[in-house]
Amino acid sequence: MSSLEALYQQVILDHSKEKHGRTDLADDEMFDPASTARSRQYNPLCGDEVTLQVTLGEQDVREIAWTGEGCSISQAATSVLHDLVVGKPVEEARSILADYRTMLRSRGAGTPDEEVLGDAVAFAGVSRHANRVKCAILGWTAFEDALLRIEAARPTAKEA
Amino acid sequence: MTLTYTGAQPLAAAEVETIRADFPILHRTVGDGAQLAYLDSGASSQRPKQVLQAEYDFATTSYAAVHRGAHTLAGEATDAFEDAREAVARFVGVPAQGLIWLRNATEGLNVLAAALSDPQAGRYALQPGDEILITELEHHANLVPWQQAAARTGAKLRWIPLTDDGRLDLANIDELINRRTKVVAFAHASNVLGTVLPVAELVAKAKAVGALTVLDACQSVPHLPVNLTELGVDAAVFSGHKMLGPTGIGCLAARPELLDALPPVLTGGSMVELVTMETATFREAPQRFEAGTPPVAQAVALHAAVNYLSGVGMDRIAAREHQLAQLMLDGLAGVEGVRVIGPHTAENRTATVAFAVEGVHPHDVGQVLDAAGIAVRVGHHCAQPVHRRFGVNASTRASAYLYTTDAEVERFVQALGTVRGFFGRS
Repeated sequence: MSSLEALYQQVILDHSKEKHGRTDLADDEMFDPASTARSRQYNPLCGDEVTLQVTLGEQDVREIAWTGEGCSISQAATSVLHDLVVGKPVEEARSILADYRTMLRSRGAGTPDEEVLGDAVAFAGVSRHANRVKCAILGWTAFEDALLRIEAARPTAKEA
Repeated sequence: MTLTYTGAQPLAAAEVETIRADFPILHRTVGDGAQLAYLDSGASSQRPKQVLQAEYDFATTSYAAVHRGAHTLAGEATDAFEDAREAVARFVGVPAQGLIWLRNATEGLNVLAAALSDPQAGRYALQPGDEILITELEHHANLVPWQQAAARTGAKLRWIPLTDDGRLDLANIDELINRRTKVVAFAHASNVLGTVLPVAELVAKAKAVGALTVLDACQSVPHLPVNLTELGVDAAVFSGHKMLGPTGIGCLAARPELLDALPPVLTGGSMVELVTMETATFREAPQRFEAGTPPVAQAVALHAAVNYLSGVGMDRIAAREHQLAQLMLDGLAGVEGVRVIGPHTAENRTATVAFAVEGVHPHDVGQVLDAAGIAVRVGHHCAQPVHRRFGVNASTRASAYLYTTDAEVERFVQALGTVRGFFGRS
């Protein structure tokens, strides 16, 4: 397998075309900040951006919807995120996010756990390309930021 | 002003090979063993052995702090530093006292914009109601400092729009350059589109209303014969690392009498005459604008770089790059799904070509090209507005230089032809 094929695994090429969870997000949509939040993330290197909206249920990630422009890595990574965390308990989603970030920062040295990361292990090759890590993390950073916003809007969540 | 290269013989293939032998890095491989084809000189050029050797020789024989100390090394270092200033000034056709060493060209534009925003600039000081005119194709370095100058002074920032083929749209130029215009700042050559701007026409119109002209020459000085005095601009900037020199040095060239009328921006050691606890008086240009320890070794290396370029001949380099621009445009025209952003003809154009590949993001284009050994730039190239003007966030850019071969351009075009297939877009 060439280094190019190692980077662009078939899973990535497929998700970059299918873009699960991608939709048009209306600017003026009203939502309850205690369960839904949006985050817009921007890559200053290339001008890529993603806007991602998370809706939480009682304990779980109920819905993810996103839009944005970007390379195949960033589009596929956000699509995989959608498939991986929707329906999962919030705590498990956070744990997946932490593992994903660790994998991307490993510079090719890590051995990602496919049990936890599922299709996201396809992005392990990205960790060897320092200038593409930001692409793979863009949508996931938006997800993390949106979770924090919801948490901030529900001050009682921590006590509960 | 039309650039014609009829007077100069382009570099022959054998001469390009001789030049390449001076650049060790061009002979390496990348990735899975592909031979490097470096098409990113618009971002930063590579350095020949002569430039590296000059810096080594200086460091091992004459290095010391300049303009201070009475010892032998201090004298030799000062001579080497000031010789470099004379050589680089001569290279762009200005007197040595009008050439200021700074960290980079961006710093030069910031220093100018800040000096003109200072009331101490007297008759040059920007005032509310004044206008600063730039163009829509500027690098952020020739845009954001002027936005800041406008914000500080109440002056208004305006810009010359572009035509669809990436040239200046001069339809309203006589309204855009008017009696309120105090500064006209523009690129000599676009770092994205490759467009060479009509300097003489803009300078004539600016002079007619008494406006200062500022030329961002980062993409012209390395590639074209440039005489700033003949061009008639009041100030210009260019950058060492784009012209076979090192990083960490850029030049601000300006009419010495303009420099002496402007207040210093960076202050401290080396730029003062008399200092008391209350006040200080400042030296004349160029030292007036060179606070602190200057980039000494970089200046010596840049001297070697301009010697190298002059030895080859800027007119011959320009003639060769004109051929390369034509070769790149012809090659790209034959690749399905590729749209050149910028002029489609090689006239008044550098061998810097940006393009969009339908259905494939520039990052992905650059990655596939890299796997074939071809180094290009991807992103917005520090010029977001010009990308927005052409309806894209980012582009892929190939930029050639004197060491670029026809075969490298052919490999680039061939590899580009595989990109859409790789991503299933063809």
